[in-house]
Parts: sequence; C-alpha cells; structure tokens
Amino acid sequence: MSSVSRFLTSRWGPIITGLVIGVLAPVLVKLGNPGNMGICVVCFSRDIAGALALHRASVVQYIRPEIIGFVLGALIAALHFREFKPRTGSAPLVRFLLGMFAVFGALVFLGCPWRAYLRLGGGDWNAIFGILGLIAGIGIGIAFLKMGFSLSRNRPAPKALGWVMPAIMIALLVLLIAAPQFGRDADGNPTGPIFFSTAGPGSQHALLVISLAVGLFIGFLAQRSRFCTVGAIRDVILLRDAHLLYGVLAFIVAAFIANLALGQFHPGFQNQPVAHTDELWNFGGMVLAGLAFTLAGGCPGRQLFLTGEGDGDAGMFVAGMVVGAGFSHNFSMASSPSGPAAFGPITVIVGLVICIVIGLTMREVKT
Amino acid sequence: MSDIKNVDARGLSCPQPPMLAKEALQKMDKGTVEVLVDSSTARENVSRVARNSGWNVTVEEQPGGVYRIVLRK
Repeated sequence: MSSVSRFLTSRWGPIITGLVIGVLAPVLVKLGNPGNMGICVVCFSRDIAGALALHRASVVQYIRPEIIGFVLGALIAALHFREFKPRTGSAPLVRFLLGMFAVFGALVFLGCPWRAYLRLGGGDWNAIFGILGLIAGIGIGIAFLKMGFSLSRNRPAPKALGWVMPAIMIALLVLLIAAPQFGRDADGNPTGPIFFSTAGPGSQHALLVISLAVGLFIGFLAQRSRFCTVGAIRDVILLRDAHLLYGVLAFIVAAFIANLALGQFHPGFQNQPVAHTDELWNFGGMVLAGLAFTLAGGCPGRQLFLTGEGDGDAGMFVAGMVVGAGFSHNFSMASSPSGPAAFGPITVIVGLVICIVIGLTMREVKT
Repeated sequence: MSDIKNVDARGLSCPQPPMLAKEALQKMDKGTVEVLVDSSTARENVSRVARNSGWNVTVEEQPGGVYRIVLRK
C-alpha cells in the first residue's frame, strides 16, 4: 500500500488520477448521468441543494452519491495514510461566502472546472469560453496572492470536528436510500422533505452503488495525488510548476478518448447538453468562479477531498456551495440551456466586486 | 557562514507555503532557507518547487505533525 501511495504522491499521481476520472466520467454518462456531466461538483451540489428543498427547481433535485463518495473516499485515504488532521479557524465565514460566489459564477456557465474540462472533452466548444474565464479569474486571484492576500492560518482542532463532514455525508446517504416522504399536497404532489426529479438532469443518474463506488475510488486517488483543477493552472502561472497541470491535461485527453469510444463526442456549439451559447457570460461566470476558487485555495473537488482530511474550513466552503446553489435557483441567477437567467449577469458583476474586496482586505493578522 | 532565512508556513493553505518559500529563495543566490509546514501536501509542494529551482532539500519530521524543510544551495 505504501508503494501505491508513493506512486500517487509522485509526479505520476495527478496524471493517473486525471486519466481515471477522464475515463470514469464519460462512463457514468453512459450509465445514466446527464450529458458531459459524469461528474460536476457544482452541479451535483446544486442537485443536493434541490433534493433538500433549498431550491425548488424540479428538474435538478437528487442526492448525488458521487459527492458522498468523494468525501468518504478521501477520508479512508487520509485515515489510512495518517493525514486525517482536523483543523479550522482560517476565516471560515469568508470561505462560506467564497463557496457561494464560486457557485453563482459556475452556474452562470453551467459547470464547475471539472465539468468545463469534461464539456471540452465531449466536444462542447462553449466550454472554451468558460475555461478562458477560469484562467482569467485564477490570474486575478494570483495578483491578490502576490499583494499579500491571506485567509490566515488554521489551527489544529479536536478529532470530532474532522468527523462532522463525513457524518453529514453518511446522513445524506441515509436520506438518499430512505427518501422519506411526509405526505402529498392537495394537488397530489409530494411535500418532501426529500425531493427527487422525475424529469430533467436531476432524474438522470447511474445506479446508486456505481456512482458511490466511483466517488469513493476518485476520492481515495485524489486525496493521495492532491488532484486540483484550479491549482493546476494557478501553480503554472504562480510557481512555474506543472505538476498538477499534467493531471488536468490527462483528464481532458482521457475524457475525449472515452467519449469518442462511447459515441458521446459531438463537436459544436449548438444543442450541447445542459449548456448555453452565450460567450460573454460563459466567460464572465467562470471569471467569478475562478477567482473565488483561487482565493479559497482550490477547486470544488479539492475542497471536498480536504473535508475528508478533517479540514473544517473547506467544509465551510462546501456548505457555502450548497447554500449558494439554493440561492442561485431561487433568485434566478442560474442559467438554463436557453441562456443566462434574469439576474445571472448582475450577480456575476456584484460577485466580482465582493471577491475583489475580499482579495484586497483579507490579510494575515500577526499575533 | 551565510544567514539562515526562516519561513513559517504552518497553518497556511494552498498555494501560500510554496509561494512564500519560492519568494524567499528568489531573494538569495545561495545559502540556507528553513521552512516550517504542518501538512504533507505543503511539504511535497515546497520540496518540489525548491528542487525545481536547483535547491537541495532535506526534511525532518518534528513532534505535532510539523515538518522542518531545510533548503540549501
């Protein structure tokens, strides 16, 4: 096991992880997940928010087992390799806000960085504008880092704190399996408390056990290899270090080949699954997301894997993502295949202003 | 003997540990830089960035999950 771990923490780790995810994501689409959405951390957080009725967009409600698997897979790896180190105290409230704004931006584009790369690997050229926006947002974040931006240091925390997020994931798994229903309203519609889509992307999913197993496997691999879809670009620009970038490149190439092999590669701009063709806001949404992810220290997948190591601050970011996803639909900020929603563009602008204020004001306080 | 520069990156999240280490290395042609970190990820990142710039890296594990990374050139 230790030789496997050494291999995964070597330069090959991110590459192997990228290849595995790049193959498994299109396979999940084949087995039922929405198009070019084998894995999308933001979309899946949004589906979970919907299943918990934090929003009532009836087409995007499902408790995605992949997310549960990510956290628990990372937890297993962290426990096994003695990297389960509960910690917190690095500006948790700001991280919550960054999680919200990252989701606001990503849902204007319709995908997190993971899905941006998967959309590219599936031939959805609209993703190019999203990825350019992502790079721009990361660049702005790096400028703040160079100016001294910091969310300050975390501190070791009691073991129990590290178990909070895994426990929440177990609770979600129980709710997914039990799917409690308290009754029906006068029109015969279920009143919840758990809602699952009967049509639309939320209704499209692979079998629970398969999704969970894939999530666990990816969570385990990514905890070891530190796979990060935002760090990949950030480290090349900031540190001239391509260690993580090779992982993302492997991810895109593997997704392209897997989609081709499965007959899921459909190049073009029009009629792409769960996507719109508005170049400006595909770009703009991901500028906001890229900036928020960079200020928070990593992509949404990485934040989930960190919660498996007991990182309470990453947990606050994840909570911000789920709550933000609820707001995003309730306040008509999230795009649909027909284009940006009424308040999507203004949310991106307001979000950018707030993230810039965060970038300019958050500094380490010396004690 | 040249000065030893110290960088305390304990508790900082990505990418600050390797960023602070690299900033310290760029300010000197040769000498010794000691970096304190408290996660395996930061240890790997600081070590890799330093090696890529031609520095010699030794890591010593200290009590409480802290790593003392000594960079020499």
